[in-house]
Order: sequence, then C-alpha cells, then structure tokens
Amino acid sequence: MRKIKSAADLERAREQIISKQKKYATVISVCGGTGCQAYGCAKVKRAFQRGLGKEKLRGRVVLKYTGCPGFCERGPLVTLYPQNIFYQRVKVEDVPLIISETIQNGRKVEHLLFEDSVDRQKIISSQEIPFYRSQMRLLLKNNDLIDPTQIEDYVAVGGYQSLAQAIYQMNPEQIIKEIKDSGLRGRGGAGYPTGKKWEECRKTPGDTKYIICNCDEGDPGAFMDRSLLEGNPHSILEGMLIGAYAIGASQGFIYVRHEYPLAHKHAEIAITQARKSGLLGRNILGSGFDFEVETAKGGGAFVCGESTALIASIEGKVGEPRSKQVHTVMQGLWEKPTNLNNVETWANVPLIIRQGSQWFSSIGTEKSKGTKIFSLVGRVKNTGLVEVPMGITLKEIIFDIGGGPKDGKAIKAVQTGGPSGGCIPAFLFDLPVDYDSLTQAGSMMGSGGMIVLDEGTCMVDMAKYFVHFLREESCGKCLPCREGLKRMGEILEGITAGRGNRESLFLLEELATVVADTSLCGLGKTAPNPVLSALKYFRPEFEDHIDQKRCPAGVCTALIHYSIAEESCVGCGACKKICPTKAIAGEKKQSHRIIPELCSQCGSCRDVCKMNAVWVQ
Amino acid sequence: MELGAVNGIIDKYQAKITSLISILHDIQDQYNYLPEMALKKVASRLQMDLNDLYGVATFYKSFSLVSKGRHSITLCLGTACHVQGGPKILREMKKELAIEPGQTTKDKNFSLEVVNCLGVCAIGPVMVVDGKFYGEMNWVKAKRIVEKIMKKENGGRA
Repeated sequence: MRKIKSAADLERAREQIISKQKKYATVISVCGGTGCQAYGCAKVKRAFQRGLGKEKLRGRVVLKYTGCPGFCERGPLVTLYPQNIFYQRVKVEDVPLIISETIQNGRKVEHLLFEDSVDRQKIISSQEIPFYRSQMRLLLKNNDLIDPTQIEDYVAVGGYQSLAQAIYQMNPEQIIKEIKDSGLRGRGGAGYPTGKKWEECRKTPGDTKYIICNCDEGDPGAFMDRSLLEGNPHSILEGMLIGAYAIGASQGFIYVRHEYPLAHKHAEIAITQARKSGLLGRNILGSGFDFEVETAKGGGAFVCGESTALIASIEGKVGEPRSKQVHTVMQGLWEKPTNLNNVETWANVPLIIRQGSQWFSSIGTEKSKGTKIFSLVGRVKNTGLVEVPMGITLKEIIFDIGGGPKDGKAIKAVQTGGPSGGCIPAFLFDLPVDYDSLTQAGSMMGSGGMIVLDEGTCMVDMAKYFVHFLREESCGKCLPCREGLKRMGEILEGITAGRGNRESLFLLEELATVVADTSLCGLGKTAPNPVLSALKYFRPEFEDHIDQKRCPAGVCTALIHYSIAEESCVGCGACKKICPTKAIAGEKKQSHRIIPELCSQCGSCRDVCKMNAVWVQ
Repeated sequence: MELGAVNGIIDKYQAKITSLISILHDIQDQYNYLPEMALKKVASRLQMDLNDLYGVATFYKSFSLVSKGRHSITLCLGTACHVQGGPKILREMKKELAIEPGQTTKDKNFSLEVVNCLGVCAIGPVMVVDGKFYGEMNWVKAKRIVEKIMKKENGGRA
C-alpha cells in the first residue's frame, strides 16, 4: 500500500482498495492458521492456485490465505464469499470439485458441508452451525475475511480508522476516559481495568514511556492470543498505536512466545507494512505523532507471561519476576513507566474507539464488559475458539457451542484459568462466565483456556499435572514457590502411587495455603488453585485414592489393573502382539487373559482392542 | 567449528540487547545448539558479562548448550493434550528412542523435547516433527512417523 498522509487520505485509500476488490466475483478463504496447517491446508491452498489458473478464473476469483475462524477441529476450513458457503475437512481432491461445482456452476458440494448431529441436516453458512450460532464474534469476525499479511485487507474492513479518529478527533484524556467508561478489563486473566492502568501510566512523570503487548500465552490449553496475532495482527498494532498516543509512549514491544512462529512472522510483516504505509514510525498519518514497535521473542519460559518477568526478558535478562511494590506503570522497562496489556485487550481498543464506550459497555455483565474469547478444548465434541459475550453460562458454552461430551462419557468438570485457575464441577455449569463469578467458584477467568474434563479424567492426576507443570516453570527465585511446589508434587505423587494417607491431605492443604500467601509473584500465589479447587469439589476422588487405593477414572497406573472380558474377546491376538511386557497369554481365536504380575498398566492392549474387551478397574 | 554466521545474526538485530533472545534462537537454528564460542562472541558484541549470558542461555528452556539430533521431535503436554492421551505418546516415544525428554539419541538422529503448550489445543494431542505439526496423534501414529524417519536415516533399512 502507498504511504498514507492524513485521515482523509486513509479513507481514499480504503475506497481505492474496495473498488479494486470489487472486480472479484468470489473470494475463497482458506484458513492458514496453525491448526489447519497441521491438517494440510497449505496443500489445499496450492491446489486452489493451480485449479484457478487452469480454469482461467484468476481474474474473477481471489484466493485468500486467512487467519483462524476458530473451528480448528474441522480443518482445513474453506469459506466462499459472498455466497457464504462454509466447507469443512477439505482435502486436495475436493478442490477441483469446489471449483467446477460451486464456483463455475453455483452448486454446493454436499459432502463438505457441516452436518447437524441432531437432525442430520446439511448446513451451508457457518453462522447457522451450532458452534457459531451462540457466539458473538467482534474480535474474531475478520479473521477469515482478511489475509493477515496484506495491510490492504485490514484497511478495507475499516482498519486504522479508529486510529485516525483517536489522533484527529480526540485528545489523550478523552481516549482514556472512553476506555475507562467502556469497562474494559485486562484479558490476560487478572482483569485489571485497562483505562485505569493507562491513566496511571500517563500520569507518571517521564519523557520516555513504553507500551508492551503480551503474547506470551503460556497457559496450556489456551490459544486465543495466537489466533488474534496470527489472524489479524494489524488490529493489535492499531490498538497499541491508540494506547501509545493516549499514554504518551514512543516505543512499543510485542513479546511473542517462541512456540508461536507464525504469530511472530505475521507481527513482523504487519509492522513492516504499517511503517511503509505511514501508520507507524515518524509523523503517523501526518499528525506529528511518532511511535515505533518491535517484536521480542520468548524462550520457552512460562513465568515470562508475568509482567515483570516479561520485562526482564525484553531487557535481555533471565526472566525472573520482581516484587510489585512499585508497579510497572511507574517503573517498568528500564525503570521507565511501562504499560503492558494482553493481545486480546489491545484488540478490543479499536472497537471501543470506533463504536463507543456506551456500545461496548452494553455487552456483558455489570462488572465484566464486552466479549471474551475462549479456547474450548479437551473432552468435548466441538473444539476451537469461541467468542462469547461475558455473562453467558458455562453450560451454554460447553453444551450449546461445544456440543457436549465427546464420546459418550459424562462431562464432570471444566478447567479454566490454566495453572492459576481451577476446576469447576458440572453442577456449577449454570454459573455466568465473568471475572468475579469464576473467582468466587475457586477458579478464575484467566486468559481463556477452557478444558473440558470427563469421567475418564482423574482429578488427582489433574492436580498433580498442574503442580508438576508449575514446579518445572517456577523460576526458583523465591522459596515458597520453589520448594513448596516440589513438596506438594511429592505428596500428590504419593497419593497417585497408593502411598497417601489422610494426613497427606491436611499437609497438602496447609502447604497450598502457605505457597499462596507467601510467594513473590502471581505464578506462586495462584499455583495452589488447581489443587485447592480439586480438593474442594472432588475430595471423594482423593479419598478413594487414599482409603480404597483405587483410581475411579482408571488413570493412575499404580492403582489400576487391566483385565480381558472373556465373553467379548475373539482372540485376534492384537493385544498380545502390542504388549511390551509379554503379559498377555492365550491361543489364537481363543479368549486371552492378562498375567497381572507381568502387566505394566500401560494400557496399550486397551487401545488396540477392537472389541472393547479390555477393562480397567 | 565455523562461526562466521554469528556476526551476521548479531548484525541483523543491530546488536540490540532487546533482541538477545531472538539472536540466541537464530544461532541455535543455525548450529542446532548454542556453541560456547558463539556465546562468547555474543557476549563481547552485546557488551554483556558472559556469566549473565550463560544465565540467560540456561534459564530459557528453548536453548541447548549441547548439540541436538538431526531430527527434532517435540511433544506437547499442555492440559488439552494431557487429557487426550499425550502422556501415552511420550511413554511410547521414550521407549522407541530409548531416551528421556531433553536428550538426544546416541546416533544423533533424534532429539526428544516436551513442551507445555503449543497453542494448537483444539486438535490435540499434538506432536511437531522437524517443524511440521501433527494433530490428533496417538501413540501408534507417532511410532509410525518416527519409524519412517529411522528407516530413511538407515538408508531404507528398518
């Protein structure tokens, strides 16, 4: 795109782009997100390129390699506009058919349409699919409309208009007031009011101020920020530009974790394009406002999602947090006032500026405004990214959008808030999803991971998993976190190995309280949450492990044993062949049996048995 | 060892301290690990204490001070992958390659890594082999992928 010199010039450029795009009768959007890439969407894209060339359609059909529309489980996803036809699980072989049937003859390719699991009806547009129907996609709506590597696409959907409005029609105080009035709270998990943070940073005296975008999405099971930065990087940049103007910052950083190579690449491309177009750098939009952004990479340390550790990491140091007696808005990066917000928080800013705080605050609950993106994953039928208004119930998300249990096993809980959160049991699924309700229930909103757990998930194992996770990720600076988590892990290890007693539970709870009360940073302070919430709602499971030496979910290997149901076994020998310890005996076509002394409880036999004849107790 | 590329990498980032982690990533991509001489070069060009740099290089999990295998196998054990059977895949990989996570096979063919989340949770369990993402894995599929590479490395022999 050419250099944009003013707000009016931006509007002109937008009109030019739109008129250029109008010549295309059809837009084919192929999702190029990391999820669909795992399913081979790059090959699908190339097949379209070849097919369109062969049929001489390049002049009227445009192919876009877009960001993630969220329904990753059904990938590769292909959407056709303006017909609004949503094809899922598209293979290379399907491409010629889509071109000849849909593009050239206006007919739908039936087998690629989504089928409703209840009435077996084929659904044409994505909006009609139950997974999308209850969603309110404000932040994600452009993900499948724009190519994240083309700034023109973002400008065409109204991109950078909010920036022009902020710079030319508002002063910094008005912008901050607008953000405050909107009720936007930090989407990284803590839920601190964004406008208030900006105001504090603006009021702190100092010539040099920094802003940071936190894309160190370390919570396992969460990938909202990845999809936003991957799929719509310019919206993050625009949010940061508005923030920088309001706060008075001249330099920004986007901190991207190393595990997100595509998000990093797209952020870099967006920065270069914005700079070339006069939307970043010196004299932005001809207004005299200067602002620069660069990216910084993480190195695989979970603790760097914590603001002070992240800042240390940008400074080229070990990512250890510091005490927050002096907040980062006063002294952050290189001791200068620094405002750090999460990716999703920044993405909300242009929307609020364009549509107003009143509109934004009309969405959601009294204290939690706007929408929130969740990554709905685990033991649920439909997995992917869902954006919903705050206040929707867990039941609506898990059952209406998620479609309920995956393979018949009853859902027993949902884990929210990552390792800082907890498990919410199914009997509380009427709970509205907002910052305060989830905290009250012993979990937290967190950055938006929502991992559904069913009967096959052991809650003691879950607690152990999180404690091990955090023990590994603890930076080791303060003792309660470093040593406390280690001991908690040992106790949980003991319980799952059948060595636990009632006293272990008391000790575990006591330790958990001490770690929470005395750790230095958020990692340690919230680390006991997964354990405490599991104990609160699933204590009988812990007691079963201790008293009965039994794992009801059949997960903890030391407490389970496998057996073969004679009546179901057909003697195919698959289990015998796979067993690593030669613990299965039996002749071909005769019922097999497991020799308990030799069995290592690996469960391989159960995985390969086509007759479901292997039982675990 | 030829370390000519190190200067180029540092220049690419204008020897900025804020790019330290990116510089180390690029060096690791180039040499498969962080060679001692390369770290010394980085320390001198970025005017850092070598001790501090050693601290950084050992703090962040992504970096390795020992040479890695020709093929990297990264297994995600984030929560979603954990509840969908990730640990079983890990068990199989450990058995197949006879190494623990973080280690490299004696023939330098494979390195096994475990990460806490790759952010592709909707299609878990996820495994990354030489940069390529594989979704909805199970231990049988994982074994097949590794065996295929083994066969190739051994010149077609199993």
